[in-house]
Amino acid sequence: MPGSEKKSILPILELRDVRMNFGGVAALKGILHGVPEGIIQAVIGPNGAGKTTLFHCISGLLRPTSGSILFQGQEISGFVPHRIARLGISRTFQHVALFKSMTVLENVMLGRHPRTRSGFWATGFRLPGMRREERRIRESAESYLELVGLKEISHLQAGTLPLGKQKILEIARALATEPRLLLLDEPAGGLNMRETEVLGDLIQRICKYGTTVVLVEHDMNLVMDISDQILVLHYGEFLASGSPRQIKDNPAVIEAYLGES
Amino acid sequence: MKKTDRWIFLVLICLIAVFPWLAQNIGAISHYVELMIFAGMFSLVCLGLSLLMGYAGQISMAQAAFFGIGAYSSGILTAHFGWNPWLAMPVGASTAAAVAWLVGIPALRLKGHYLAMATLGFGVIVHIIFNEEVDWTGGPSGMVDIPGLSIAGWKITSEMQWYYLVWGVVLVVLLFSFHLLHSRVGRALRAIHEEEVAAEAMGVPTFRYKVQIFIFGAVTAAIAGSLYTHYVTFLSPSSFNLMWSIRFVLMVMAGGMQSLWGALLGTVLLTFVGNEWLQVFADFEVVVYGAILLVVALFLPQGLISLFHRAPGARHNPVSPASDEG
Repeated sequence: MPGSEKKSILPILELRDVRMNFGGVAALKGILHGVPEGIIQAVIGPNGAGKTTLFHCISGLLRPTSGSILFQGQEISGFVPHRIARLGISRTFQHVALFKSMTVLENVMLGRHPRTRSGFWATGFRLPGMRREERRIRESAESYLELVGLKEISHLQAGTLPLGKQKILEIARALATEPRLLLLDEPAGGLNMRETEVLGDLIQRICKYGTTVVLVEHDMNLVMDISDQILVLHYGEFLASGSPRQIKDNPAVIEAYLGES
Repeated sequence: MKKTDRWIFLVLICLIAVFPWLAQNIGAISHYVELMIFAGMFSLVCLGLSLLMGYAGQISMAQAAFFGIGAYSSGILTAHFGWNPWLAMPVGASTAAAVAWLVGIPALRLKGHYLAMATLGFGVIVHIIFNEEVDWTGGPSGMVDIPGLSIAGWKITSEMQWYYLVWGVVLVVLLFSFHLLHSRVGRALRAIHEEEVAAEAMGVPTFRYKVQIFIFGAVTAAIAGSLYTHYVTFLSPSSFNLMWSIRFVLMVMAGGMQSLWGALLGTVLLTFVGNEWLQVFADFEVVVYGAILLVVALFLPQGLISLFHRAPGARHNPVSPASDEG
């Protein structure tokens, strides 16, 4: 699937000297990187490299200490997360963060939130417009569940699913927000080989439908299989960037990362 | 609403409708109608609190203050200024909404115990104002000369009329709350409760929803307060002190935090426990409430309503399933 013809020139996401300090600890020491639209970008690096911190900065959960983050050319660093979600960036979490007592379907329906509008009074009084919207929310949520293959279990409580299904459900919930950019934080963590294969397939399909995917992942087979471009971080610093082949052969990467594991 | 809720709702309407007739034909419980009027008013407070606490996961120890703001707004406007009660009521509700907005914006940035303390502090302050602003509120000796209610020239005098008025309002608020829960807004509230960060990252403006539902709770409490004012036609600050805020929280918890039915059940039950069934313990009221809280927390963490969920085939999840269309 990886192919250079997919890449456009304009980056959908641009990191300009992004720095993040926690007290005296520098988690990100000036990351400079562009993600072209329509690709699968992997971010790898040993534990503590700053990958999740970077995700938190992009999705607005953390405000970078300095530097700027541009999404489709617009500065977004410092925006609150729900605004960033509305602009078209969605994400999953390293430790699954589903709404556990809600059903599978309801989780995905919640994902429709930024694309729908019924407010307090409209819903409380069940105005006709709201009822129509509620039907549309349900229908599109169902279609996302169908896409990821969870439609048959849409009535189950999310917390009762096995981890593999929960991870997939989180992706469906994120997709329901109609992101242009999807951040996946260790989607294969805790999955077996078969599940990882299905996941890789799903990620490639998502990308084909036009959503740019950035994933943080430790499963090297998956990363090498599906990504178009890899960014390597090491202790909060840029170490290398390139195609899977280039990264595989990069001596600095081998020493810092592949060699260790 | 899902199907079972709709049935319970219909049964509830019937129960409410026939209760006064039943009570009046049984001599020993004829005064239950009056108690039910108060239970209805408290239910309004507790429904709002249930949405705030049970669904959105934000505690408030200030509901008695909002109850009081509604009560005193109605009392002052009608007794001192001769306003029509029906005009004073929305003004009271709006005042409560404005105060809730002002208090909620800083307070709802806090979580858990800190939020509880902040709202508690606010409640205490409001109570002090009721006590000290003697010119307006009459202070500790109370406020009199409050008119009753009338609809289109007809005075609402009998308990029966009051009973149906209050419970009519309760049913409207209940229906509103159910619709709210089974919608985009309700899902957002529950999402905030369960995984606030994830909700925010999925595009839910979590803080705005918290403030909104806090205001809603304040408004239902204020409406209850206005009704209370015109029913008892006498106000004393002690009806709006911290103990009442605690009672409201306890009513919701005892009934079942994540269920509107639970909130109703807990409210009615504790109103009767406090004013009728365990009156012998009046001096030890706090102890009795503490004991109830302990028993519920230990043995029925989902509240008394969960006893009904144990029925075969019943779902444990109070507001869930996808089949709530309609």
